[in-house]
Amino acid sequence: MTDTLLRTAAAKRMFNPDMRALSPFIALIVLAILGAVINPDFLTASNILNVVTRSAFIAIIAVGATFVISGGGLDLSVGSMAALVAGFTILTLNNGGAEISTLMLGALVAIGLGAACGLANGVIVTFGRIEPFIVTLGTMGIFRSLIIWLAAGGTITMRNADLRELYRPVYFGSIAGIPVPIVVFLAVAAIGAVILYKTAFGRHVIALGSNEDVARYSGVPIWRVRTLTYIIQGICVGIAVLVYVPRLGSATPTTGLLWELQAITAVVIGGTALRGGIGRIWGTVVGAIILELVANIMVLSNFVSEFLVGAVQGAIIIIAMLVQRSLQRGR
Amino acid sequence: MASVLRADNLSKSFGPIEVLSGVSLDLKTGEVHAVIGENGAGKSTLMRILSGHLQPTSGVMHLNDKPTAFASPVEAEREGIVLVHQEILLAPDLTVAQNLFLGRELRRFGFVDDEAMRERTRTVLAELGTAIDPDVEIRHLSIADRQLVQIARALLVPHKIVAFDEPTAVLTPVEAESLFDIVRRLSQQGVAVLYISHRLNEVKAIADRVTVLRDGRLVATREIESLEPIEMARLMVGRDMSKLYPEKPDTASADTIMTVRHMTVPDYVDNVSFTLRRGEILGFGGLIGAGRTELFEGLVGLRRAKGTITLDDRDVYFRDARHAMASGIVYLSEDRKGKGLLLQQDLRTNLTLATLERFTRGPFINVAAEDAALDAAIGDFDIRTRRRDLLAGQLSGGNQQKLLLAKMMLAKPRIVIIDEPTRGVDIGTKEQIYRFIASLAEQGCSVIVISSEMQELIGLCHRVLVMRNGRIAGELAQADLSEDAIVFLATGVHEERAAEIAAGHA
Repeated sequence: MTDTLLRTAAAKRMFNPDMRALSPFIALIVLAILGAVINPDFLTASNILNVVTRSAFIAIIAVGATFVISGGGLDLSVGSMAALVAGFTILTLNNGGAEISTLMLGALVAIGLGAACGLANGVIVTFGRIEPFIVTLGTMGIFRSLIIWLAAGGTITMRNADLRELYRPVYFGSIAGIPVPIVVFLAVAAIGAVILYKTAFGRHVIALGSNEDVARYSGVPIWRVRTLTYIIQGICVGIAVLVYVPRLGSATPTTGLLWELQAITAVVIGGTALRGGIGRIWGTVVGAIILELVANIMVLSNFVSEFLVGAVQGAIIIIAMLVQRSLQRGR
Repeated sequence: MASVLRADNLSKSFGPIEVLSGVSLDLKTGEVHAVIGENGAGKSTLMRILSGHLQPTSGVMHLNDKPTAFASPVEAEREGIVLVHQEILLAPDLTVAQNLFLGRELRRFGFVDDEAMRERTRTVLAELGTAIDPDVEIRHLSIADRQLVQIARALLVPHKIVAFDEPTAVLTPVEAESLFDIVRRLSQQGVAVLYISHRLNEVKAIADRVTVLRDGRLVATREIESLEPIEMARLMVGRDMSKLYPEKPDTASADTIMTVRHMTVPDYVDNVSFTLRRGEILGFGGLIGAGRTELFEGLVGLRRAKGTITLDDRDVYFRDARHAMASGIVYLSEDRKGKGLLLQQDLRTNLTLATLERFTRGPFINVAAEDAALDAAIGDFDIRTRRRDLLAGQLSGGNQQKLLLAKMMLAKPRIVIIDEPTRGVDIGTKEQIYRFIASLAEQGCSVIVISSEMQELIGLCHRVLVMRNGRIAGELAQADLSEDAIVFLATGVHEERAAEIAAGHA
């Protein structure tokens, strides 16, 4: 009897794939078909590459957010952090000549400062034992006003035109026909997936988000793991900024505004549980693309004013949660 | 006597799995009817069908000889059938009175009538023989008092049939005794009581009739007079259970492996000292709240504590559980679901969580090695699982405990601290766990067993320390172990009174 049970159960599983994991991919396909029907220009390679390129910043940040959220945390400060890191990076670049070494130094500053901001978030959350919502709400304000103060309320711009030219390919260039931002974003996602799914640290992140007490009683070094998730988030912000800076060549007090909401939306659409314990890197990637795709379809179509993009994206996160909830109940 | 509720040939399947097949039950007014069986025998399913939480796949129920079906617990409640759940389902931040009337608040001019609810709460609690303050918040109450509030909440609706699902699982003997008074009073009022329990002695003490389930089937319904606990156990398991406890291995050596001195955990434990010998099974008895759990959580670094721990003649201090594990000490929490296992994750993830660094190849997790470890654990610990990819939360209580044991044994400990090793575990699994603990001692491990079940301490341990109010009240050598002696030390009640309590409970 046990044998037949095993077999029927296994067979059932084969025909009953995890809808929660698949739903963002299905949504992406549905949206692509919708886009193609609405406007024949939609499915052109240049448009698709354009959409994915534009989603790169949010996608890279959202990969980091997947770690924080599946570990049971939350980081609201990423948008402000991006602005601050962008400002500092440009100031660093303005201090050097038009050489590759200047760019390397800038990259070091961006990633280092991002990691430091993440470390600050992580340490306050773990050692201060304060809700991550509150901590990152606080640092969100701090990072944002630091960039405003740094820019004296105005704009921080890359001044050296030669250096700008040198830096330009990082956003506008391509490798084997694929725009650099897409390459970077796929690389970040792939590395993130390996860390989350294949390493002991990734397993510990999921355990922590699943049940902190169980993790603690099992000897998981929860402080270290939690702090590291915020550091990874910070590094992802640093990488996103490096791709973002050559696009406009400046940082302003409104840089990265509301990015945290878009990142969290991408993560949640992707199937990661907001309460922690389930993390889906590739779902997050798809979530970020969906957000940009919706904006693109709205621009290409004449049904809805593109000024309402925010409203549609807001509706999407709510619908995504409802779909997930109903899938969960059905199982 | 008239039968108030009759169930004929109830069956229940979840998908292809039949968890209850053709069970009949006849409940009479004023009787206490116990339903016993191992975990997974179908007791809870039967209870949930009778109280409207589940619908049977086939079979009929008769209420006062009229065919009945309940679509929901609300309908069953309307007919006077109430279920007292095993878990405490109360809102911790609301007061006793607010919880009692949650979802059915008394109103006056559209506003909640706190005064009336408070009065009514006081009356209901007084009927249960307790004087809990209706205005105190639930989180300030002991587990026993919470249980009472939960019972009071169930009894607030007019009731003809009350079902208790393992009500004494979290109670000490003295508290259980007052629960039995409540049960007896209910049956004197003509209420039919359905009583699910693992504790056969208490079934013997309060039940009129006993229905035994095994593997979803009805084994027997017997009058209590002709049925001794040992026979109940045999019916439940389907084999002779005369030897629940293994022979105590003669392994307790004279050399000390660990000495604990002046251990203090703020608010819980006050200056406790003891020694542990190599190969010894050391019991810790006492009432719930005596500080046993907190003492050992403090010892392994899960709580702030101070004191001296000497391990192998060296003074040590543990920052956290990981640190303690590295020194060969593991602690298995009594709160299996909250602190022991990740219920939403699969068996493999749970098994290797505490020792993940042993299952890596380079920077990556070696899933093949994990799978091999899971195969070994399923075999060694007899973890019964329908599928290997089940979530830990889908296992029965007994199998969860075996999984937790397997997980902690991967750390290859020298000192194993097990808190309530058999709580919520069926009798067949109990026997396996006892044998496992004995074999650990035979292999030279030292085992500390924290238990509120006195029989367990007596049957298993070489030596028992009893705690009361955060201090060690006394030590009992193997020859002096008896329920009376433990109760006396645990409660501080003088011996005649303790004997009375124990007699009432046995």
